[in-house]
Amino acid sequence: MFRYFVRRVLQGVLTFFGATFIVYALMFANQTDPLQALAGERPLPDNVRQALTERYHLDDPFIVQYGHYMRGLLTGDFGVSLTNRKISEMMSQAWPVTIRLAVLAMIIAVMISVTAGIISGIRRGGPFDTVTLVITLILLALPIVVLAPLAQLLFGIQLKWFPATAGADPGLFQLILPAAVLASLVIATEIRVTRASVAENLRADYVRTARAKGLSKRRVIGIHVLRNSLIPVVTLIGLDLGNLMAGAIVTEGVFNIPGVGFNLFRGIRTEDGPLVVGFVSILVIVFIVVNLVVDLLYAVLDPRIRYE
Amino acid sequence: MRGHFPLKMAVGATAIMLLVAGCGGGGDDSGDEPFVASIGIGEPQHLIPSNTTESNGAEVLAALFTPLVDFDANNNPVLVAAESIETQDNKVWTIKLKDGFTFHNGEKVTADNYINAWNHAAYGPNGMGGSYFFERIEGYDALNPQDPDGEDGPQKAPTPATNKLSGLAKVDDLTFTVTLKEPFSGWRSVMGYTVFYPLPNAAWASEGVLKEDFEEAPIGNGPFKMKGKWEHDSKIEVEKYDAYPGEKPKVDGILYKIYQDQKAQYADLSSGALDVVTSIPIENLASAPTDLGDRFKKSPNSVFQFVGFPTFLPQYSKVEVRKAISMAINRKEITDTIFRGSQAPATSFVSPAVAGYRENSCGEACTFDPVKAKALYEQAGGPKQIKITYNADGGHKAWVDATCNQLKTNLGVDCVGVGEPKFADLLTKLEKKEDVGLIRLGWIMDYPLMENYLGPLYSTNGSSNYYGYSNPEFDNLLKLGSAAPTPEEAIKYWQQAEDILARDMPVIPLRLGQNVYGHSERVKNVEVDRFSKVDLLKLEPAS
Repeated sequence: MFRYFVRRVLQGVLTFFGATFIVYALMFANQTDPLQALAGERPLPDNVRQALTERYHLDDPFIVQYGHYMRGLLTGDFGVSLTNRKISEMMSQAWPVTIRLAVLAMIIAVMISVTAGIISGIRRGGPFDTVTLVITLILLALPIVVLAPLAQLLFGIQLKWFPATAGADPGLFQLILPAAVLASLVIATEIRVTRASVAENLRADYVRTARAKGLSKRRVIGIHVLRNSLIPVVTLIGLDLGNLMAGAIVTEGVFNIPGVGFNLFRGIRTEDGPLVVGFVSILVIVFIVVNLVVDLLYAVLDPRIRYE
Repeated sequence: MRGHFPLKMAVGATAIMLLVAGCGGGGDDSGDEPFVASIGIGEPQHLIPSNTTESNGAEVLAALFTPLVDFDANNNPVLVAAESIETQDNKVWTIKLKDGFTFHNGEKVTADNYINAWNHAAYGPNGMGGSYFFERIEGYDALNPQDPDGEDGPQKAPTPATNKLSGLAKVDDLTFTVTLKEPFSGWRSVMGYTVFYPLPNAAWASEGVLKEDFEEAPIGNGPFKMKGKWEHDSKIEVEKYDAYPGEKPKVDGILYKIYQDQKAQYADLSSGALDVVTSIPIENLASAPTDLGDRFKKSPNSVFQFVGFPTFLPQYSKVEVRKAISMAINRKEITDTIFRGSQAPATSFVSPAVAGYRENSCGEACTFDPVKAKALYEQAGGPKQIKITYNADGGHKAWVDATCNQLKTNLGVDCVGVGEPKFADLLTKLEKKEDVGLIRLGWIMDYPLMENYLGPLYSTNGSSNYYGYSNPEFDNLLKLGSAAPTPEEAIKYWQQAEDILARDMPVIPLRLGQNVYGHSERVKNVEVDRFSKVDLLKLEPAS
């Protein structure tokens, strides 16, 4: 188990460097004129262009720029954005709020989808199953660019149940609506995976054996079926957590949450390489850690799985 | 038991009375509570005056600083922080400051504060985005030496020998002179722009070096001072500065709430969480008049939208072709249907926001006449295909496509709209002289003079003359206007210059911008000016 863990961490380090290199290279290739992008449609005087080009090393070749960046990164210095803000400061503002949002979304998604998935898995073809099927179909069909403003209009502006926007330092209550919208991204698939998995396991031999032993229905489902059914669901949830953080661009825009998605969007729009790579490198770490945790959880859920 | 009941009632009644009294007291107190109005903005890029050329930063700085001059309803300069601004020859300007202005840290505003701030702004290596506004002052070139082998060459520009503009001189504590390279009658108006604000001594870490965190909490000479620091991506709060000698604002403070998206601003306005939205997005324009009633307002601003013809494209070199294309565009239809009245048709080469504007100076060429247009186009042998290139990140697709459809119908040509990801990509293509067709452009004025449109957009060396229009006669008239002894005479020359544009049609004027704004029931007297800024001195609590 320990050797497996070390091996995975080492792989993670390699993945981290590979990913940041590729992202940096992509940003570099995509860069036409970041200073003009910053100035918008205004003319950029030559002297200003000169001064800023030197300040941000924009005229250096790719390898030199990457070297500058990595040297800073390894000493914990994420550099400055093109508007001269410390990227580390921007991250310390953006990450907590996005993590709060993503975790809340995850909790909402898991609570709804595991409960609904199990019920419809047990009562396949029943009215609950059918209704859930229809609702998940609608959720799958509605893109978040429609869903987010719709939810805002309905619950935020007309019914006034929730605040219309969340802001930079939102409390739990302000985050419920955006988190629910974000959760809808993954609820549909999670319900279906849970349902399929439960349905399959209900027919498994060990379940029949458990029933034959005379165990109560509650125990058969709660212990035997559920534990085995959760393996694919846990994998999916692990992958989704990363997706929720990266995919919050629309939700954060609609609900005015200056988090990771917003900063990534801003960085890409202004061709701000260091800004994008800084956020992406943390995202890479999140993905690596979450996937490692998911893999380790397999062993907990299924004693047959052993890591060496 | 029985005996207790009345007692309970009495206690309850007292409690209710106390509550009522408490509420009443609270109501009275609310008069003393500071009234803070909230205004939605985007995240400013900078809050250093000389580095602030975008509207979000300018909006906040307008609360913190007072300019030398402001503008009246007719766009003529009126003195604010200046006691007098005088000149004999339009070349040497003597500026006398009003006594009694202080910075928010108590420092007295003196001539040095202006001179130091302007020197810093104009010094090339500082890379201030607004440095080119100081170009007209003597000594600017010494602070901005040319790169000996051009921008792409290996050599770097030499470090300037001095960091002081030779054209700025202190006379006494409240007086200083500005010497221009060439006489310019409009200089008084230019000094109303954001980049000309003074900076306090507290701003400097050492001589000519700004403190790094100055822009986190700028200290100005304006009616409001910072309350706390600039909370990036979240908010900037300002409160009334009690020692301000000028006209006092009627609100106690302003909370600038920072939004990434205008639609989120509008959502907050609708739910009552925000007081003023200065620009309501097109998506909400259908419902806004009903949502807001008489709190939905419009006012003209200085935005001028047009398309230009790159001069290196031979197919548009005939003036008849350009004129025919212009005549085939139904501007009114586009402003009404696509922009829902949030913009107005443009038929002149400058905006009505400047003195000297004449309606329809473009004449016949900007009047919709499809029949004549088609005849003219065919006679002149215009190209079979017209292309309009725009930047896709600015929401231009809808009207470009609509314009293309009009050209298809009215001229019987093929027309395509091509979206480049960003404006910078469009400029790159222009530099390489690629066939981009017509290019979409826009302009917002910095100071209200005709020259601020004519110079940058149409003069040979104009900073935003991306299409390469050049007419010596035009340049000459522009120069004559700038050198004219009085603003009135200047306008005469500039109008003549504008007439040349109507003849040459280097661009097609399309639309004039409007502020489409709204406010909550908490505030009244909300006015958004030509610079798209809220008039903070007029803003009032509603009750």
